[in-house]
Amino acid sequence: MKAFEKKSGIVAPMDRANIDTDMIIPKQFLKSIKRSGFGPNLFDELRYLDEGQPDADNSGRPLNPDFVLNQVRYQGASVLLARENFGCGSSREHAPWALEDFGFQVVIAPSYADIFFNNSFKNGLLPIVLDDATVDTLFKEVEANEGYELTVDLENQTINKANGESIAFEVDSFRKHCLLNGLDDIGLTLQDADSIKAYEAKRRESSPWLFDQVK
Amino acid sequence: MAGKTLYDKLWDQHVVQTRDDGTALIYIDRQLLHEVTSPQAFEGLRLAGRKPWRLDANLATPDHNVPTTKTERDVGIEGIIDPVSKIQVKTLDDNCDEFGIVEFKMQDKRQGIVHVVGPEQGATLPGMTVVCGDSHTATHGAFAALAHGVGTSEVEHVMATQCLIQRKMKNLLIRVDGELGEGITGKDVVLHVIGVIGTAGGNGCAMEFGGSAIRSMSMEGRMTMCNMAIEAGARVGMVAFDELTAEYVKGRAYAPKGDHWELALEAWSDLVSDEDAEFDKIVEIKAEDIAPQVTWGTSPEMVTTIDGFVPKLEDAKDDVERSGFERAYDYMGLEAGQAITDIELDRVFIGSCTNSRIEDLRAAAAVAKGNKVADSLKQALVVPGSGLVKEQAEKEGLHTIFTEAGFEWREPGCSMCLAMNADKLGSGEHCASTSNRNFEGRQGYGGRTHLVSPAMAAAAAIAGHFVDVRQFELVK
Repeated sequence: MKAFEKKSGIVAPMDRANIDTDMIIPKQFLKSIKRSGFGPNLFDELRYLDEGQPDADNSGRPLNPDFVLNQVRYQGASVLLARENFGCGSSREHAPWALEDFGFQVVIAPSYADIFFNNSFKNGLLPIVLDDATVDTLFKEVEANEGYELTVDLENQTINKANGESIAFEVDSFRKHCLLNGLDDIGLTLQDADSIKAYEAKRRESSPWLFDQVK
Repeated sequence: MAGKTLYDKLWDQHVVQTRDDGTALIYIDRQLLHEVTSPQAFEGLRLAGRKPWRLDANLATPDHNVPTTKTERDVGIEGIIDPVSKIQVKTLDDNCDEFGIVEFKMQDKRQGIVHVVGPEQGATLPGMTVVCGDSHTATHGAFAALAHGVGTSEVEHVMATQCLIQRKMKNLLIRVDGELGEGITGKDVVLHVIGVIGTAGGNGCAMEFGGSAIRSMSMEGRMTMCNMAIEAGARVGMVAFDELTAEYVKGRAYAPKGDHWELALEAWSDLVSDEDAEFDKIVEIKAEDIAPQVTWGTSPEMVTTIDGFVPKLEDAKDDVERSGFERAYDYMGLEAGQAITDIELDRVFIGSCTNSRIEDLRAAAAVAKGNKVADSLKQALVVPGSGLVKEQAEKEGLHTIFTEAGFEWREPGCSMCLAMNADKLGSGEHCASTSNRNFEGRQGYGGRTHLVSPAMAAAAAIAGHFVDVRQFELVK
């Protein structure tokens, strides 16, 4: 996983609640056995006017001019702003893979679905929770200012506006550490292999049926 | 000190290590694998030179992509027409063979939807932690297990370490007391619950379903309810252990036998929330208030009763919901105030990890028996949840009832629930579906999904539009 770096980015606003993972990356693209290449199909059904196919060339497809990510002013966006319960639905990690592959580094919303929230951190994508009022203000500011940018400083847990204003946000310390250092948490867990083995031995004794071999 | 909830007990029993930051390393007893969310996890293991921690804790079966027509299935993997799907199913076989993981391959009669197969095999047991790279893993909580969906990175993490790094969730109790009316199923109850608490109502919570209506509900009904906990935002759905649980598990292939069965039973009897347990939140529902449910919109919380109407804009609680309603009217091709019974249907789908078990098929067949699917329908599909469910249904003659009525009787898989195989809706088509999600495009590009129970789906197939299954005999 790439380490999370502080940089400024254009903010793209998606003004709707309950953006689900089927919307973020529709099922036909889940047939890939790779982790990369999902960016061109991010929000496929909203972004294009025709139906997308896996492994197809997307360059000639008709774009939906009304969709926010197709608008000139939001090109190159790396911060996605949305409403409550972002990422609800399936557990597909293809959702953060697609957002990240497209170029998003940060999502800002009042709340997230649990599995999406968790998956994001595993892929260098930072989901930030801000209260409704602050999110509302950000929507208004993005709308009013073309080229609106935010700088997300994970180290100091602040979102900095171009005008010098700053918004603080909360993040779990372990996740922050992993994100800042690009750490793979399997390696970290395996440092505790002895504890896992000890637990397993105890469990084998207390609940032996869990270790029965099926013939 | 207050007693413990079922979730507290399951959590405490699985903590390997607690960390200073409030997270814990949790031991995972069972991981179920399927073809869509596992290839990148196996690849990760290979790249890092890692082996699975405990092979026998894993069980795999392909389900999302598999074709459901007999002609394709009889040929085996080479019979999968879609080349991309074929590679994915083949990759699961190759990975399981390479790493030594037990897999019920596509032509094995034990193959099926992973959330039907686990319980059916007794691979899901009370007191276990169960994970799978699929959000509907909550299903297994019906066995007083701690079960939830994970992403692919966590699939790999569990394969490599047998553990997950977790933060404890909040305790939410949904108490459904009273007696359910005739024709009201677990599906109606859970849709009603989602309508009450909303699609984000359970975010951050482990949701236990309790109360007298749940106690008298069958295991399959409980599975349907836990399955859809995620549609209310809760990763975990659970029901306490009781005699019904034991009865269901006993004798299954992976269930404990002999002395181990006795030992297990004794341990499992404690898998209930203590009388004095404290929940962070309790939602009380009266069973008598629940009528057959139908979703009208593009989120499971956009649900009403069979005698209800598409809500009007003024019914929305705020601006965000109002704009959600507007988008949903447009996508669904419905008008505010329209009666649910006036929605004309194009297809009907009976299947999915929510409703493809034998009881579901029996309920649908009871309605279909002696009737005919409406001429206006393009298709009515019945897709059993596993090869064993299919076998049982055929033994009972249900397949004949369905085919005589004009339903198609298919091979097991996820099928039209998410349309990763050839079974999908055309753009603009309305479908009465026993699945779990009515999101835009879920069942096919531009498709319009209405979630219902199996009996309601069968009745809708015969009428060509939604009808109240309780009055079906009168109105047909």
